[in-house]
Formats: sequence, structure tokens, C-alpha cells
Amino acid sequence: MTTELGMPLRSPDAHGTAGINSLTGTAGVPRLGDDVTLTKRDFTSDQEVRWCPGCGDYVILAAVQGFLPELGLKRENIVFVSGIGCSSRFPYYLDTYGMHSIHGRAPAIATGLASTRPDLSVWVITGDGDALSIGGNHLIHALRRNVNLKILLFNNEIYGLTKGQYSPTSHVGQVTKSSPLGSVDRPFNPVSLALGAEATFVARTMDSDRQHLTGVLRAAAEHRGSALVEIYQNCPIFNDGVFDVLKDRTEAAARILHLVDGEQVGAGENVVVRDDRGLLSFVPRAEADPTRIVVHDPGADDPSAAFALSRLDSPDLGHVPMGVFRDVQRPTYDDGLREQIAASRTGTVTDADIDALLAGRDTWTVGA
Amino acid sequence: MSTKLVQQLDRVVIRFAGDSGDGMQLTGDRFTSETALLGNDLSTLPNFPAEIRAPQGTLPGVSSFQLHFADHSVLTPGDAPDVLVAMNPAALKANLSDLPRGATIIVNTDEFSKRNLSKVGYTISPLDDGSLESWHVHPVALTSIAVESLAAFTELSRKEKERAKNMFALGLLSWLYTRPTDGTEAFLKSKFADKPDILEANLTALRAGFNYGETTEDFSVSYEVAPATMDAGTYRNVTGNVALSLGLVAAAHRAGLPLFLGSYPITPASDILHTLAGLKRYGVATMQAEDEIAGVGAALGASFGGALGVTTTSGPGLALKAETIGLAVSLELPLVVCDIQRGGPSTGLPTKTEQADLLQALFGRNGESPVAVVAPSTPSDCFDIAVEAVRIATTYRTPVIVLSDGYLANGSEPWKLPKTSELPDITVEFATEPNGVDAKGAPVFHPYLRDPDTLARPWAIPGTPGLEHRVGGIEKADITGNISYDPDNHDHMTRLRQAKIDGIADTIAPLSVDDPTGDAEVLVLGWGSTYGPIAAAVRVARASGVKVAQAHLRHLNPFPANTGEVLRAYERVIVPEMNLGQLAMLLRAKYLVDVESHTSVRGLPFQSGELADVITAAVTSVSNEPLKESAT
Repeated sequence: MTTELGMPLRSPDAHGTAGINSLTGTAGVPRLGDDVTLTKRDFTSDQEVRWCPGCGDYVILAAVQGFLPELGLKRENIVFVSGIGCSSRFPYYLDTYGMHSIHGRAPAIATGLASTRPDLSVWVITGDGDALSIGGNHLIHALRRNVNLKILLFNNEIYGLTKGQYSPTSHVGQVTKSSPLGSVDRPFNPVSLALGAEATFVARTMDSDRQHLTGVLRAAAEHRGSALVEIYQNCPIFNDGVFDVLKDRTEAAARILHLVDGEQVGAGENVVVRDDRGLLSFVPRAEADPTRIVVHDPGADDPSAAFALSRLDSPDLGHVPMGVFRDVQRPTYDDGLREQIAASRTGTVTDADIDALLAGRDTWTVGA
Repeated sequence: MSTKLVQQLDRVVIRFAGDSGDGMQLTGDRFTSETALLGNDLSTLPNFPAEIRAPQGTLPGVSSFQLHFADHSVLTPGDAPDVLVAMNPAALKANLSDLPRGATIIVNTDEFSKRNLSKVGYTISPLDDGSLESWHVHPVALTSIAVESLAAFTELSRKEKERAKNMFALGLLSWLYTRPTDGTEAFLKSKFADKPDILEANLTALRAGFNYGETTEDFSVSYEVAPATMDAGTYRNVTGNVALSLGLVAAAHRAGLPLFLGSYPITPASDILHTLAGLKRYGVATMQAEDEIAGVGAALGASFGGALGVTTTSGPGLALKAETIGLAVSLELPLVVCDIQRGGPSTGLPTKTEQADLLQALFGRNGESPVAVVAPSTPSDCFDIAVEAVRIATTYRTPVIVLSDGYLANGSEPWKLPKTSELPDITVEFATEPNGVDAKGAPVFHPYLRDPDTLARPWAIPGTPGLEHRVGGIEKADITGNISYDPDNHDHMTRLRQAKIDGIADTIAPLSVDDPTGDAEVLVLGWGSTYGPIAAAVRVARASGVKVAQAHLRHLNPFPANTGEVLRAYERVIVPEMNLGQLAMLLRAKYLVDVESHTSVRGLPFQSGELADVITAAVTSVSNEPLKESAT
């Protein structure tokens, strides 16, 4: 069973990678007792939500608040860390532990937290400016290290909080306050960037499809390591309607490539085929050589296929892959760091141990 | 048995100088270790170029290591060497001007080739033209004798044999100053445990150097420096960076917190990262971050989770960390930031020392953003200052900046080992229960409800049920911590954060003044690493009958409560600093006292002789009395 956008409702352990690493993303995080269930209400803080009317952030917030009880984790062991930007107000509205930090730095801060606290489920909320511009370095290094963080990147292709400048995902030619003649900056494709940064889990979803969004969040939560989830999000004030073609049922059917593990990649009457050079193209199903139709394999160790899919993206949203591009198991930074410490320890550190450490190897004694 | 004359000395300053690939730092380290084990008091000053291997044989490539040891208390590495070991013409030329007439020079004549001489602008060898007549020169063919001593090692190349010349030199100096070489032999055995050939060659060269001294007629006298009188206890030799690392580990242990270091490599702080990275068995986590900002960010994230978050850096890195330190001020979480200062601005002088980040530490952030600032006085004080920084950070939930510098970081001295159990008890208690009630009387947690004594807020870490809360860099309402743009609240919170930092003065020792006669009219006040040179200068001035008082600040923000009172008690206050007068500016602004700056930014510590002259001149101008001749 899949969602409207083709997202499997249950995160598959069917990647062929199940069993390589039995740890899921929330292993080690205390769980609620069997007799306790939390609701969306338990995750709703008492703070008034202050986004603009019609902001895509509202539906993402509702989806996240609705999804968190499903994790079955103790609420106090969930932490949301954000940077700066409209989306980064997110932690204030969730009744978990949270930190609204500084511009671009949330992945770095969350790395320190996740490395020292294996009993926490750590989520990063960021936007296209926060994650890809001022915080680009921290994002790529968190992904490279594969820290056990779930990074939700709200992409509205504009700077909202600073009132309407082009962002690193705005398209070439986009007219904004800071690009009155059209932007001459080329945008990042966040999925391609994440794959290039050695990310082990990369997905894309959209604010308006709650079921798909929830399915992606579930898969991200179960992944052990960094998960980057790009969420197309509408800014009704400064970039309204930028994803509208994907929200129209007919247009969406023709444009959205549903990435489902083990299924052919296509949209409407078209499918994606791979030529001898490994390049992908979009052709009518009737004309496609069946042996060349791309079958999605997010668990493939080599990221090339996922990268090629990410490049099908076109600025006019002609065909947009949605779903989990990549989901592979690799040792995480935080687990590795803790394992080294655990392997080095010889028991509880006592005052005598510290005394010996201070003394080192060359000491001499002066008599009274 | 040696039949040579043995002469007693009370103090010696030796400088080993060579090409940066000659192993001078290692040679100096080993000689220091031998000297420490012998019981002399000592102080060291490594001085090396920023380039890992500058062009061979050139002046910029000269690396040196100076050691001052004595049978009495030593405060500095010494103004001028009594002995220079020059491994090549560049080392001789670069260091000659620091050498008083009559000092001893041991030169490696093998390196005085035409080519090497011309590299540093000598047309005639200074060994031949009489220009070194005022010094006591011992020309020794160090390289060729070392190589000769290794004739039996047929499997080693000439190049490998030549590399043992520093051990030959160490052996010779060990004989000259009657140092035992057992420690060095043990060190080599462990260093080259899996390279038996290289080990044997180094041991042979070391012994050959020692025996050369004993047999050659060039050295007719050897020297002894008796152990210094030191307080009873167990000692080790320690550099500032190692002491700081150990202090952080011991303090985290006393606080009951795991230590997390987020750091990006930078000279001269990297040794702390290296040291702590090797201490995993003590539960220490180190993360080499992608940049300075991530280093401090990760540390702050760890602090949010209940660890002791620490970051280490130097001036350029402190600039990059500024915004995150500001966040920590707003979050009111413990954070220790160690700035091992170096010459600036910009890249400046990476391997040289300076104290010019004081104002950056106090004010280098946006908004009213007070943090505690402390500075160690000596290499071993880096241990105590680390413990103090952790005490302040955890007690007051605040960032603390530690201002060490290149001189303390790499310099070393004997350290009387403290007992861990006698270090301050800084056990941290996390919040576990709600601390308020809401309008309906239900228990709630107020993350910004303060301790009435310290004004610290509760530290409630994730995982604590019922205390879920959000913190952030936006101004917070007093007590509840909710976002607030209220003008009066911002004014109140700004003053509260300042009052919290000011209140730290209640728990720090008053500034103590050393004024043996009790009637000095001039005070010399320093901070940080200038302690040794200032104390040595004061000693010199007092020895010639000058009455002068000395005080030294370890807390730069807040200052000890009695600082103004101390300043006002003297006719003149001299403030020596390795910057252009930053502490002086602060003191003038805060206390309206007309302190006088004496500054130097040469990348090197003050010379105590120079400071003694400054002190003497100041005292003379106040007293208008002729100085009495020293009786001693």
C-alpha cells in the first residue's frame, strides 16, 4: 500500500539491507510503556503559533505533531534543534525539549547533543537558506559523518523571515527584492547535494501531502544515521504557488515520479529509462525497452543511481522525483565515537585514576 | 672516571638552536626532563617557525628551545642564554644577538660549509674571521663524530646516521651539566621499540656525545647545578597545554559530568585536542569539527544535553565562535572556551605569543553579552585555571573564556601534583522537578527562574520527564523563558545577565598584593602569562633596593572585588602587557585610576631585565631619592 505520492505506508525492511544493522534510528531511546499512548495534543506546546496565514509550515507542524506519538518514545527524550528562519520557530510549538539556535548551526549543535546522548531522538529543523547557504558546511559534514540526526529541510525557494530575497534554491531569473532583474545565481538541488555529501538517507516530500510526508518521516525515524528530508513548502507571502503544479491532481500525476522500492520509476504514461552510458531519460511507456526501465533501489550501496534520479529534477518542475532516494546502512559517527570510549574504559573513573593521569610517567619527589 | 674539574653553578640558561628538521624541540624536551628529574627548578621557552619545514639552513627555518634551570626558584626561561648550541650557521646568526659577551657557544662545524654560510649571508665563516672572539666557542664536528660513532651500523644510511646528531649533542650537554641520561634512554626505548636499529643508533650517539665530553680536551670543566629547594611533594614537568587538558579532565570528574571537546585544529591550541583525544578511557569525547563554529556549536549542544562542553582555539577561531558564545550567553548554559592566544591580527604570528585577545574575549560579540574571563599565570596554573573555569561555568551556567597563550601553552615548569580528592567540589545538580505552578495550580517548569544567590537558571537536561522546555537566542521572558519582545523585559533580562556575571566576584579570591616592606609606592599589575617575567623583574629590582609591590590578575571578568581599592593604594601603577594596553584601558575605564601601560608585542615574552629597568625608573621618579646600592 502506498500513499498518494507513492510512499510505502510502512517503512520497508524490504530493502535487502535489513539485518545488516539491527539498530533503527531510535534504538537506545527509552520507549513508552505498552499501556501508554501519547496523542498529537501531548506534543503541542502552549505557545501561540505565529506563522503567516496559509504558510506551509502549519501543515508540516500538524503532520509532525500527529506523527510523533507513533514513534512510541518518551516525550522527554525527543529534542528538536533549529537554526534561524521561519521554519526554525518550529521547536517552540512542540512540547518536547528544543533549541532555537543560530543561523545555519543547528546540525553542528545537534551533532554534539546526539554524540553525547544516545538516549535521545534528535531532529533538526531547517530551511533552504539556513541549511544550504549560511549553514551549508555543517549540513554536508553532518551527512558525511552520518550522525544519527533527522534533518527536515523546509524548502520554499525564498528567504521569508528577512522578507523576500532569493535563496540558494531559487531558480535562475527569479525576481525578488534582492534580484530585481532576476537572480543570476544557480540553485542547489538539495537532494543531489546531500547524495554528493555521502548521505545515507535522502528523501523528498511535500507539505500538502500529509500521508506521504508522514511516511517519509517514519522511514527517516527508522533510519540509523543522518536522514535528510527535503520538504517542498509553500511561502504564501514571498513565493506563493511555486509548487502549485505539483498540487494539482492531473498535473501531479504527469510530473511526480514516485520513488517506491522495487517499483519502476515513472509518472503518468512515461517511465524513466537508463541508456548504455547510464544516463536517464523520460520516455513514453509504450516506447520504452522494458529491460531499460529503471527499477528503484534505495538500498543500493552505490549512490550513482540515486544521484541520476535526483538530476531528473527540472526547474519548471516538469518531472520531480518524490520519496526516498537513498536509504543505506553505514556506521554512524556518534555510535563510533561512543564505541571507542566504551572500548577504552576499564571501569568507573576514580580519584586515584585521575591522580595517576596527572602524574604521568616522569615524576620526582621532594622530601619534607 | 673523569678527572676533569667540576664547577658548581646556581643557574644556567641553555638555548638549543638548529634547523626546524634537526630535532631541537625533542632535544630540549629531553634535556628538560633530565633536569626536572634532577630536582632543579626550571622554565622553558620553545620558539619555532610556523612553517613545518622552512627551507633548510635558512634564517626563517631556525627552531630553538631555551631552558633555564637553577638551584633556586625559577620564574622565566631567562632573558639571555649562557650557552648556545648552534647546529648550523643560520642558528648561530639568528641567535647571536641574544647572547651576552662571554657566553658559551657550541657549534656544529660540519654544517659550516660555503653553501650553508652563503645561505645566511656569511661570506667568511664567523668561526674563522675572529668575529666570535668575545664568546667562548667550542667548535665540534657534531655530525661527523656522531656518524663515526655509528660506523658499526652498516645497515643504516649516512642520512639516517646524521639524524642522530641531536642525540650526540644531548649526550654532550648532559655530560657538561652532569645530567643523568637514564630517562632519555628509557624514552628512546619506548619511542623506537619496533625499530631496534634506529634505537641502538640513537642510544649509541647519546652515549658517544656523553663520552666525547668526558674525553675531549676542548671541554676542561663540567658543571653541576644542585637541586632547588622546593616544597615537599611529588612533581612532574608540565606544559601549559597539557596542564590545561588535565585540568579539564579533573574538573569534569569533580563535577560528575562527561567531558566533550568540540575543536578545530589551530596553532597553538591543537595540543589540547591531541591530548584529550588520547584520554577516552576517562570518558572524554573529542570531536574534530569541520570548522571553529561547529566546534563550539557541538560543545554547546553537548552542554544542552548535560555534558561539560568545551572548545579550544586561538584568536582567529575565537572570532568565528563569537556568535555561538552569544547564544550560550542567551541560553545560560555552561561552556568553556579556551583561547590559546597568538600574535594577531588575522593569521598574525601563529607560533608566537601575545595577549591581545583580552578585549575580544570581553566584548567581541553583538549586544550586551557578558561572559566570565580567566587567565592562567604560569604553565602549571593552566591546570588550576581550567578547574576554576569549569567551576564558574557550571555554577553560573555561563560561557567562560580561558585566555592562555603560546608562551604558557608550549613552555613548561615543574608542577607539584595536586590530589584529585582535594580539588574543589563542583558537583553539578540538574533540575529534576517542576519549580512553579501555572494559573490553574498545576506544576510547571520555569527554565529561567533563577537561583537567588548565583542568579543561575536551572539546568534541566533532555530526558527529564515533566521539564520539557524550549530555549533559544530570541529574548526570553523572565522566569518562563517564553519568547518576549517586551521592552521592559529586555531591559530587565539584560541587567540580570550582567548582574549574574558581576556576582561571580563574590566567590573569587581578593587580589593579593606582594609588598614585602609594606610601604611600596609603586604597584606592578599584570595578568596572564606575564606573571613570570614580572615576578623576576620585581625580584631584580628589589635586590637593588627598590621598593615595589606586585599583584597579578587571574580573573579578568569580573575583576576581584578589591581591585579598585588595591589600585588606589599606590602612587603609580605600572601595567605591563603583551598588547597595546588592553587591561590598562579596562582598569582606567572601570576604576578611574591613571594606570600606566608598558607594552610589547614582539611575539616573545617580556625580558625581566627590561621590566626591572621600567620598575626602577618608576620608583625613582616617585621617591625622588637616590636608589640605595644593593647590599647583596
